[in-house]
Amino acid sequence: MKDLSLNNRVTAQGHGLRQWLLSNAPRSRRQARLGRAYQAWLTFSQNRLAMIGLGIIIVLVATAALAPLMAPYPPNAPDLSERLAPMSSAHWLGTDELGRDILSRIMHGSRLTLYVIVLVAIIAAPVGLLIGTVAGYAGGWLDMVLMRGTDIFLAFPKLILALAFVAALGPGIENAIIAIAITAWPPYARIARAETITIRKADFIKAARLQGAGPTRLIWGHVVPLCLSSLIVRVTLDMAGIILTAAGLGFLGLGAQPPLPEWGAMISSGRKFMLDQWWVAAMPGIAIFVVSLGFNLLGDGLRDVLDPKAEGR
Amino acid sequence: MGVGSQTSAQGNRAWRYGRKLSALVASVALTFLGLLFVTFLIGRVVPIDPVLAAVGDRAPAEVYERVRIELGLHLPLYQQFFVYIAKVFQGDFGRSVLTANLVTTDILRVFPATLELATAATFFGILLGIPMGVMGAVHQGRWPDQLLRVVGLFGYSVPVFWLGLMGLLLFYGRLDWAPGPGRLDVFYEGILNPRTGVILIDSALAGEWVIFRNALAHIALPAIILGYYSLAYISRMTRSFMLEQLNQEYITTARVKGVSERAVIWRHALGNVRIPLVTVIALSYGNLLEGSVLTETVFAWPGLGFYLTKSLLSADMNAVLGGTIVVGAVFIGINLLSDALYRLMDPRAR
Repeated sequence: MKDLSLNNRVTAQGHGLRQWLLSNAPRSRRQARLGRAYQAWLTFSQNRLAMIGLGIIIVLVATAALAPLMAPYPPNAPDLSERLAPMSSAHWLGTDELGRDILSRIMHGSRLTLYVIVLVAIIAAPVGLLIGTVAGYAGGWLDMVLMRGTDIFLAFPKLILALAFVAALGPGIENAIIAIAITAWPPYARIARAETITIRKADFIKAARLQGAGPTRLIWGHVVPLCLSSLIVRVTLDMAGIILTAAGLGFLGLGAQPPLPEWGAMISSGRKFMLDQWWVAAMPGIAIFVVSLGFNLLGDGLRDVLDPKAEGR
Repeated sequence: MGVGSQTSAQGNRAWRYGRKLSALVASVALTFLGLLFVTFLIGRVVPIDPVLAAVGDRAPAEVYERVRIELGLHLPLYQQFFVYIAKVFQGDFGRSVLTANLVTTDILRVFPATLELATAATFFGILLGIPMGVMGAVHQGRWPDQLLRVVGLFGYSVPVFWLGLMGLLLFYGRLDWAPGPGRLDVFYEGILNPRTGVILIDSALAGEWVIFRNALAHIALPAIILGYYSLAYISRMTRSFMLEQLNQEYITTARVKGVSERAVIWRHALGNVRIPLVTVIALSYGNLLEGSVLTETVFAWPGLGFYLTKSLLSADMNAVLGGTIVVGAVFIGINLLSDALYRLMDPRAR
């Protein structure tokens, strides 16, 4: 009761905002939702490693957005007098075999990295979500057929399959994205199906059905939102793997093609000079490592907040 | 009555066994069929004309037509698929454009190198991963556990091909501890009579210990780098299995009875973890076969992965698809094997 009277006087700022968010008696849907989000944030922000991960991702996004402004040199401007220059104040991370500034190329390459992971997530997650929820909701033979298909894809070695797809489609960053997405969706379908089966028989679904909601509306409006949190965790944890696969394809010469500053392709071209000019191959690898580490840390933190059931796995 | 019910119970169990087994076989067959279907589709969407690749672009029209019929490309698509399945089951993947050998011959030649590398890597992962996982579980939250976490995070975040390059740079280029890429130094090559194709075994059988030592030195770095991933995986799973066991009452009972802490941990708890660990190790072995594609490319290790990437770059589709099917089949087979082992070793799962 005391709490409530306090909340009545709350102004939407400072200390008051916190009170309003943490209220036990939210007065509107919006307040309840924001309150829950705030509580999740509080749990999340106590996890130091997860915050580091979030910081890395924010830096990645900012770098990608501001690459032309931040990078000291254009990514593809050769300067043959400065070929394979070591690290210096003019070129912080040195230059590559054409005298291009490696730091600038890594900064511009962050756009490609972001491009790959966002597109793979946009393609693979909805496909998995759709297949999983439909299979779980429908049950019966449809479930069996869809899940058999998923299992078949799950049993394949992912990287090899992606390689074969790229070989068929031809090298290039778009084809690499398609190939990775084709191999990435099955776990999402499994997760979505498992969640759907646990909520399919719940009372609120029955209530919605009694009100006349059709299967499309039930799945889209009631089942999908409840699958999202575990799906987001899984997708975030998969991001590191996606980055590593894309970089691997680039390294093999099957992903992004030169002169694109893709990190894996940069390592591949630096390989020739590795014993003497090690920085050409080393620096992009550090970038890949830091970004995947960021996604792994963020994913672990998100799992603790959004999916407490899976803790300790 | 006793005898009759016993036999019927046995028959019942055998019947249940048989049903489970046939379901397993059916699912494996279906998965393999799916694999073939996908590789078939990939082979069909390739923008390369297989006839043109075989006859060259100067061949007259009648030769072109004859080869097209020879390759079975005039048949409807579903019949082509059946022909394809039949050929795969005969071990016929066609001829490699790059090496002009039958793909099957090529794969048989390079596969032992991959097996050797993946096995060495798995040994590394087991020998280090299990003790680390046990220590992490016993000292939960303290430094061994933190170390485990760091090892795991590093393993899941680092690009393996980059790690390989950096390993070469440091241990071969700078410190000169490791020999360079490849399986042997050049002047040892071609001396051994390849009996199994696995150099470590061949040289030991022939008593060529100099070659054996050279091969061991060559395999160490790639195996450690490839095995790092399995180290991360095995140690993490060991830790979580061990934690589960150490919280059980029989552990308390053993301690109360005065069993030494070492025996409690290494005999009682680890003994019960053995069975799920087999599954984990098998799975990580399958993943290593796949991970070897990148590691082999970095170390110029003449195995299946290296063969695959070379074929990929020259768009040698027969070789690519043949390699994909072999890796996929081994992968599926290993998963099946781990499942079967689990059932065999754990009486509860029967």
